[in-house]
Amino acid sequence: MNAHVQPETISLDQLPLETKALVASIDWDALDEGEACRLKHFGFDEGVAVEALHLGPFGRDPIAIRVGRMTVAIRRKHAGAVRVVPATR
Amino acid sequence: MNPLPLVAVAGSPNAGKSALFNALTGARQKVGNYPGVTVERHSGRLLLADGRPVEMVDLPGAYSLEPASPDEAVTRDVLLGKQKGERQPDALIIVVDSSNLDNHLRFALQLIELGLPTIVALNMIDLAKRDGLELDSRKLAEELGVPVVETVAVRKRGIPDLQIALDDMLSAPRCGVHEHAPSDLVRLQRRAREIATASVISETPVRRWTHRLDSILLHPIIGPIILAAIMFVMFQAVFAWSATPMDWIAQAVASLSAVVTNALPPGLLRSLIVDGAIAGVGAVVTFLPQILILFFFILLLEGTGYMVRAAFLMDKLMHGAGLSGRAFIPLLSSFACAVPGIMATRTIDDPKDRLTTILVAPLMTCSARLPVYTLIIAAFIPNRTVALGIGLQGLVMFGLYICGITGALLAALVLRRGVLKGRGGGFMMELPKYQWPPLKDVLLGLLQRAQIFLKRAGTIILGTTMILWALASIPQAGPGQKQSEVSIAGHIADGIETVVRPIGFNHQIALALIPAMAAREVAVASLATTYAVDAKSDEAAAQGLMPRLKARWTLPTALAFLAWFVFAPQCMSTIAVTRRETNGWKWPAFMLAYLFALAYIFAGITYWLARFAGL
Repeated sequence: MNAHVQPETISLDQLPLETKALVASIDWDALDEGEACRLKHFGFDEGVAVEALHLGPFGRDPIAIRVGRMTVAIRRKHAGAVRVVPATR
Repeated sequence: MNPLPLVAVAGSPNAGKSALFNALTGARQKVGNYPGVTVERHSGRLLLADGRPVEMVDLPGAYSLEPASPDEAVTRDVLLGKQKGERQPDALIIVVDSSNLDNHLRFALQLIELGLPTIVALNMIDLAKRDGLELDSRKLAEELGVPVVETVAVRKRGIPDLQIALDDMLSAPRCGVHEHAPSDLVRLQRRAREIATASVISETPVRRWTHRLDSILLHPIIGPIILAAIMFVMFQAVFAWSATPMDWIAQAVASLSAVVTNALPPGLLRSLIVDGAIAGVGAVVTFLPQILILFFFILLLEGTGYMVRAAFLMDKLMHGAGLSGRAFIPLLSSFACAVPGIMATRTIDDPKDRLTTILVAPLMTCSARLPVYTLIIAAFIPNRTVALGIGLQGLVMFGLYICGITGALLAALVLRRGVLKGRGGGFMMELPKYQWPPLKDVLLGLLQRAQIFLKRAGTIILGTTMILWALASIPQAGPGQKQSEVSIAGHIADGIETVVRPIGFNHQIALALIPAMAAREVAVASLATTYAVDAKSDEAAAQGLMPRLKARWTLPTALAFLAWFVFAPQCMSTIAVTRRETNGWKWPAFMLAYLFALAYIFAGITYWLARFAGL
């Protein structure tokens, strides 16, 4: 139908704090089986709303992320496997 | 006779599952282990309205039937009837957090698909309301196709309704159970979100408590300061609160042995009871107050949700040593006592992370080393000021702590690259809502920890005590002979002496190392007895110990003795607890071997360096 303009995606570890975003894609192959399983358990999926809330005090790692209605902590490395579209505005 | 109906309580982590289980079963719980794995089994009994008993089992929290940890594997196997030592449940209570239905309904849907009679407990409904979320439980029941009961487990609200629903369900004829086909998590998750959205009547956005608290507690600067303050208070409490009860226990042990000594004629039997059982078990039980106070704090930190925040703050630093942030609190607790530290490693999901943490925990300088350190430092390190009010004695004590920490981190690194090689579980944790845990649940947890320590460790401790006693008492010394020389222990000490002579240890030290297997501090009493050739009481012997050591030991020997106790795994409670937590003798044996090797090497290096330095 209408030609979509591909929205700009960034990886989740680059998302500024307190900025809402939607998950665009997840590179499951960059994660091992257990890690991928946990991310699914936390509800990571395309189209889900996420927001980076807090950063660890050392090396800004890990990252606390709100996903859906829960808050989870994951390491920067794993957050890098998730591409998100920041909410405009 | 038919066995009692078995009802399993299942749910995702942080759904308030254990609180609900406690509310249903009260304090009448049994804590055991599933065979072959280190996963705890909590079971209890519930009486229905007509007095019929039902057996309840609290399954480990799981996000789905696709396990990502050993706990979750047990949950799956029990639910599918494949777990050794457990029959398949007759019915299920699924606990979900009302304010996190989007996520928790995924596991609920997966469980409902199994076809077991099921009730969903819509838990923490009060907190959802506080967060501005109004839910329609009837609509939810319709969508899920199973009864839904609103509960607030920590306030026991909805528990009678749950019992009625359970009664109805168990009375209904049972239909067959479906085979579990690997489900598509993404499909289930999307369906869960649909149902969750459909069940919301209204939602008023409010600024959530947890987020506000986290802005402070996870703040990059304030967060670590608060963590340090909390840890400081915890340690102050462990030492300040435990002093009096430890005195009581010591006094009780002393008067008990006095009573027995008076009641029995002198001889082997009296010696067995007084010097063996009472003295040995007494030495270990003295640490119970410290263990319990530490556990009180650990349970409180876990129950409030702060524990994972501490892990969040420390993860990057712990990651450097090949551990995860989850190892922080267990290792820190081990500064007071390795026993609660090792038992607290249960919160670490990844088995290799957990095992590494257990293996290095005894390197943290526990309180039982203090009597040894204090004695040697007071006797051999001159009490002079190095600079700016820093005393040399304090500096040496500090150095011993640093040795332990460095040793632990290096050992963790080496273990992670050697025997426990692997990518590690990483660090993926839910940060649950803050809440105040009911004091009753905390006390129940404390009681269970105490029972585990006294019962499981107790059997091993009593056994080892008996062996140590037999070694020291058989054969009995004749007139003019010294018991410590004649006994089997005396002969073993001769053997040990040849091994430890190269690291500067003498016969008396070799002799003291044997009973110190019970607990490190026993080394002090043992040295006192050995050196007090004609002292009549232990007290008189202890008073005279310092000058005696000073006269008989060289400084290199004393320093080597300190280095030995930084590493040596001389604590049978730790060994016993490691056996329980790793489910076998393999890892405690490994722990003994590598720590004794380290102790020997570092005591040797210390001795020879000191010799060459001309000390």
